Amino acid sequence: MSEHILEIRHLSKAFGSHAVLKDIDFTVDKGDVTSIIGASGSGKSTLLRCINLLETLTTGEILYHGQDVTKGKINASAYRAKVGMVFQNFNLFNNLTVLGNCMIGQQKVAKVPKEEAKQRAIYYLNKVGMAPYINARPDQISGGQKQRVAIARALAMEPEVLLFDEPTSALDPEMVGEVLDVMKSLASDRMTMLVVTHEMAFARDVSTHVVYMADGVIEEEGEPAKIFTNPESLRTREFLKRILNG
Amino acid sequence: MIGQLFTDIGSLWNKYGTVYLTGILNTLILAVTATLIGCIIGFFCGILQTIPYSSKDNVVKRFVLKLLRIIIRAYVEIFRGTPMILQAVFIYYGLPYFFGISFKDIWTVSIIVVSVNTGAYMAESVRGGIMSIDRGQFEGAKAIGMNHWQTMLHIVLPQTLRNIMPQIGNNYIINVKDTSVMFIIGFNDFFAVHKMVSGAVFKYFPSAFMEMAGYLFLTLVSSFLLRKFEKKLAGKPNYELVNTDQLVMTAGNYNIPTEGGAPFDEKSRE
Ligand SMILES: Nc1ncnc2c1ncn2[C@@H]1O[C@H](COP(=O)(O)OP(=O)(O)O)[C@@H](O)[C@H]1O
Ligand SMILES: [Mg+2]
Repeated sequence: MSEHILEIRHLSKAFGSHAVLKDIDFTVDKGDVTSIIGASGSGKSTLLRCINLLETLTTGEILYHGQDVTKGKINASAYRAKVGMVFQNFNLFNNLTVLGNCMIGQQKVAKVPKEEAKQRAIYYLNKVGMAPYINARPDQISGGQKQRVAIARALAMEPEVLLFDEPTSALDPEMVGEVLDVMKSLASDRMTMLVVTHEMAFARDVSTHVVYMADGVIEEEGEPAKIFTNPESLRTREFLKRILNG
Repeated sequence: MIGQLFTDIGSLWNKYGTVYLTGILNTLILAVTATLIGCIIGFFCGILQTIPYSSKDNVVKRFVLKLLRIIIRAYVEIFRGTPMILQAVFIYYGLPYFFGISFKDIWTVSIIVVSVNTGAYMAESVRGGIMSIDRGQFEGAKAIGMNHWQTMLHIVLPQTLRNIMPQIGNNYIINVKDTSVMFIIGFNDFFAVHKMVSGAVFKYFPSAFMEMAGYLFLTLVSSFLLRKFEKKLAGKPNYELVNTDQLVMTAGNYNIPTEGGAPFDEKSRE
């Protein structure tokens, strides 16, 4: 019996009168690598942002180990520290070095002592192949390197789940591979991940679970083999046909 | 002509050298102190003005924050919108008039006037500086669990300071020159020395010449130091790669968590 880390229940989100997410339901278990695919504008980013409490839900709940995190009883900062997020545009802190980026959250949020924070930061930077760059600033490294640092920054908080919002979409094609490689190695370490992506090869070969979203609803979900070879929904089939042949 | 000028300057210097030097020192101290205090006021106002609130927050919090914004707005408009020379007399004579407090110490009044005036300009610079920081910086900080104050203190304000450094420098240079209006309440700055000395010995032009040279010297040296400081804030232009083996040895003491992290609340686990 696997352990539910996150349970999303009847989540809806509207911006004014614009309903962006409608009655979303799904669970994330320990070790799951869930890919969320779907057309642009279907609400994938908004879903991740809701899960990380960067947006407030309109209705519904998010259970983290069975506890609802949307009701204000749980400390949002402590929850966010355990649910890491990697953004499309990296969002590295421009005033800090690579090392500083990976230390600040540990020190200020998790209250890890400086020396340990440094060791931990270097450990994770080494994991993403960025340890030699600890003294560089974000504006001195390439996009692929920035995203790898952003992943290390999230890992250094030792989260239970990592959320990725199109981590390779802002990268030049030749840099996509290095980031996907890091993500693959995390997957093989059984890191629990929720990945919004247009990289169909990643969704098919690396993830354990695929969620296809269309117009703010989960149109279909299941194992990658089933979604990619034998989707039930016509919309899923058409989306995949378009994106795989395009 | 030129020869005569230098003879005059020489005699002025011999007689009043220390007076001029005291004046220039007073100007410098007032400008530096008031700019620093003005920056603190500016950062304070800028931060208070940018505390986010939404319709979901409770009524009291929204009311207080709105009121704060209005008060700061009024402060900025009043002190940017009136001449500093008038502010000086207004405060100097107004405080005893209303509150019975009179300042024996001209230094205190002068520092208050120039600081409050600088603060009004800085409040706007800081507000603009904070607003120009990319949303992604706030979100990146939020996403690793930092709260609003931690985000401001460790991420946003250091970047704001770096971005508005040219404006701080600008304000400082303006203060070096504009503190000269404080002679109106009897502050003994560099320009006040000119009025006093030239009135006594009727050497208006030689004294004015010395004043020009003195102010220019102050501002040029200041500009130079400010540039250096800006460069320092910008950080090193390049970085050194670090030997990985050595690093991994350092990191070797670190115990890898076996489970990939634990939930923050032990009770929530079965
Ligand atoms: N802050 C916002 N305010 C209003 N509408 C928004 C906001 N953020 C996203 N939306 C809208 O929500 C919809 C879904 O956006 P998004 O979640 O970014 O989609 P995706 O990531 O799948 O491309 C879009 O129509 C977008 O315009
Ligand atoms: Mg998106």
